Amino acid sequence: MNANSTATPREPTIFDLSRPGRAAAAQMPDRAEADIPAGLRRKQRPLLPEVSELQAVRHYTRLSQMNFSIDTQFYPLGSCTMKYNPRGCNQYAMLPEFLGRHPLAPVALGQGVLACLYELQEMLKDVTGMQGVSLTPMAGAQGEFAGVAMIRAYHAARGDHARNEIIVPEAAHGTNPATASMCGMKVIEIPCTADGDCDLEALRRVVGPQTAGIMLTNPSTLGVFERSIAAIEQVVHAAGGLLYYDGANLNAILGKVRPGDMGFDVIHMNLHKTFSTPHGGGGPGAGAVGVGSRLLPYLPIPVVGRDGERYRWLEERDLPQSIGRLSGFMGNTGVLLRAYIYMRMVGREGMQRIGEYATLNANYLLARFRRAGFEPAYPARRATHEFILTMKREAREHGATAMDFAKRLLDFGFHAPTTYFPLLVPECLLIEPTETEAKEALDGFVEAMIEIRREAEADATKLKGAPYTLPVRRLDDVRAAKQLDLTWKPAA
Amino acid sequence: MAFIPHTADDVREMLSTIGVGRIEDLFDEIPAALRCGPLEAIPPAASEMAIGRLMSERALRDGRPLNFIGAGAYEHHIPAAVWAITTRGEIYSAYTPYQAEASQGTLQTIYEYQTMMASLTGMQVSNASLYDGASALAEACLMAVRANRRSKSMRILMPTAVNPTHRRCVHAIAGQQSLKFEEVPFDPATGQTPVDALERHAGEDITAVVIQQPNFFGTLEDVDRLTDWGHAHGALVIASVNPTSLALLKPPGEWGAQGVDIAVGEGQPLGVPLSSGGPYFGFMTARLEHVRQMPGRIVGRTVDVDGRPGYTLTLQAREQHIRRGKATSNICTNQGLLMSAATIYLAIVGPAGLERVAAASVARTAELVGALTRLGGVRPAFSGARFHEALLLLDRPVAPVLEALAARGIAGGYDASRDYPGLGHALLVCATETKTTEDIAAYAAALGAVLGAARAA
Repeated sequence: MNANSTATPREPTIFDLSRPGRAAAAQMPDRAEADIPAGLRRKQRPLLPEVSELQAVRHYTRLSQMNFSIDTQFYPLGSCTMKYNPRGCNQYAMLPEFLGRHPLAPVALGQGVLACLYELQEMLKDVTGMQGVSLTPMAGAQGEFAGVAMIRAYHAARGDHARNEIIVPEAAHGTNPATASMCGMKVIEIPCTADGDCDLEALRRVVGPQTAGIMLTNPSTLGVFERSIAAIEQVVHAAGGLLYYDGANLNAILGKVRPGDMGFDVIHMNLHKTFSTPHGGGGPGAGAVGVGSRLLPYLPIPVVGRDGERYRWLEERDLPQSIGRLSGFMGNTGVLLRAYIYMRMVGREGMQRIGEYATLNANYLLARFRRAGFEPAYPARRATHEFILTMKREAREHGATAMDFAKRLLDFGFHAPTTYFPLLVPECLLIEPTETEAKEALDGFVEAMIEIRREAEADATKLKGAPYTLPVRRLDDVRAAKQLDLTWKPAA
Repeated sequence: MAFIPHTADDVREMLSTIGVGRIEDLFDEIPAALRCGPLEAIPPAASEMAIGRLMSERALRDGRPLNFIGAGAYEHHIPAAVWAITTRGEIYSAYTPYQAEASQGTLQTIYEYQTMMASLTGMQVSNASLYDGASALAEACLMAVRANRRSKSMRILMPTAVNPTHRRCVHAIAGQQSLKFEEVPFDPATGQTPVDALERHAGEDITAVVIQQPNFFGTLEDVDRLTDWGHAHGALVIASVNPTSLALLKPPGEWGAQGVDIAVGEGQPLGVPLSSGGPYFGFMTARLEHVRQMPGRIVGRTVDVDGRPGYTLTLQAREQHIRRGKATSNICTNQGLLMSAATIYLAIVGPAGLERVAAASVARTAELVGALTRLGGVRPAFSGARFHEALLLLDRPVAPVLEALAARGIAGGYDASRDYPGLGHALLVCATETKTTEDIAAYAAALGAVLGAARAA
């Protein structure tokens, strides 16, 4: 591959291809008269493209070719668990009967899909060690919302209205504090120790009768296992608060440790990470929640229940204390089917191998980077399924920042690791290989990083100009925000 | 079968590089007391062939009934090309487009989507999608509280004719931030929300008014007068709309004298299969002046260092990964894949095709209402003009009728008496362009038989 060739040509917008009167004739139903009162009618047609079916197919196929994707590139993207999305999961979730089923069709016409969802609930209970599961949240952040809302409902039901603070470690995902705010809670941030554990002394100082709960990720976003979890559990529960587990990093401990066994009261799982449903260029995800006995009555509805051999939806009358509905119907059912198929294919033993091989791949990468002279952020610690490198020396000595490495990696055919998150590690790259990558891919990634460092030592300006081989080079984000151009407009 | 590629040699080499003897040693920082045993509830691994067979059996058990249910999700023809392209690996398995240079395909698609949705709703800006129509309405209510700085009350007028499930979802989500919702009753004769019902709140501090068009009964609201009332009383106006209907109906940006402030809706009708309820996507568009209060991702066009145009996520200072606890919403992952499908759908059907789809749906529903109300014991509930859905009143409870129809392979509608007990035996029915005259005749014959049998019993 030539990492220095010029960029490929761009694709015009679909509106540039539009010609008045052109249409995809095969997609036109017969003309019909609609009886709509004149005052409610639209006067001018919307700006939708007038193109042939082939033009549309070619345009969006070409656009797709401008993307990186798991099917085409390695994504060592920390905290995102970009593993292979098996094609079988997609094919069997898209059987015509599943696709055609209306969400409000009688349950007699949905026993097949409900059986899958019920069994998925049972399997997720087992892998997390929780007592109950609701599949309805439509993404991780909505799962978080459900979790904090349940914590709030629990305290309210006990008349404990003063509990309005959620404790969040400073390394937490941005969704944690954003969720707490969205639930009307005050966010209290606590620091981490130099070794990446939660600062227990700081935690003891902030807990009290105002504590609603704590939101934790374990392994943490620093790529290390939170060793003081037992002590944290005692401090928070003793203060009357509950423990929330952010399941973003569940892949690391699958089959090894269960959040329920660590004392967590509620967890959300990112099925689009751990259970391999596709990211789709930004969704759909699925953020199923699991709860311990304290929060069982508050699960969001609907939940799938079983009366003998018959499956049905559990709704308000079954769960009168539920925090309610978070979606119009039943969350992202199609995503749930993909996760179900994945879990059935992986099976009991495979589930344990996932955590093992994700951890093996991460520790192997870390060992190779260490030998090559890159600096781990937490050198005294084992990697979990991910780890952090800090590029502060490369930045200081050669002026090559973590972002420069990230952008240059794109030219070498690797998606960038997560950059500048977590915020407390300077010039950081958060790297997560997942279990589905072969050793050769990992070796290739290390070699690319070594080569880029060599370039940086010779002349860091080369990195500043990267990427060179993609459809565009570095974009002017300031201009994008200042001179807003959010929709296409016809040339004047 | 965990999709793990490692050979025994790979594992040996990797462990030796790490400097440990066994994979198990990599978990030595986890306290032994926390380690779990085997996962008893997970069945042994199944091959793709075996799971494929199981799923096919379950799918066949659910069957393919003739569907006349709408109530927030609508069966439309989806051109084959839509999902053939959407499931290409480069779209399906791509990450969120944070690395703009490696995501120009997704980003340009979002820019085109924003253009289409803004134009369809008659608004100036669009985000890149929310979870679904129900949660989008909740986000719109929260956004209205941020955007209406003159109002301190956090009170929102919510017509009873708004989709009842959407209303429940709005309560569950926006209720966490102490928003208050005042129900606005509908006229039992027409099924419309009368301006007089809003008038009761004249002189009060109202943050926003929600208007659903067509409303849950399929009835068309007098959107101009309702919108003008909201603006005259210091409220923002939120439109909740069906995107297909906008091919024929006046877009929210033109309602009343000034147009609404925020428009949201369920995007499912635009190329997304029914799929038992999801994944769908919510859309949200707004006036430009409110763009910084919008939740979710937004794409802007800019230039690269060589001056060539390109696309990137913009106004990110609104979002959780930058603003954390002060973000406009906690939303991160949205419904990107469905947004892509909708963009391709709209590109293929185009303005003329969408118009035909909408008109055919209206005409089919009129035909359905005609056929069903010719049966004894079935009459329309309301006199108001409608779009592609109608509320019918039966002479007996709806649930057993729907069960009997299901046994005949017909999904006959939605039992609205659960949400509106005051209306009696109310059945909400819908027919889209997918239904033929023969389908409608088959439904009428089945309903006639079911009602006849019930009367005879």
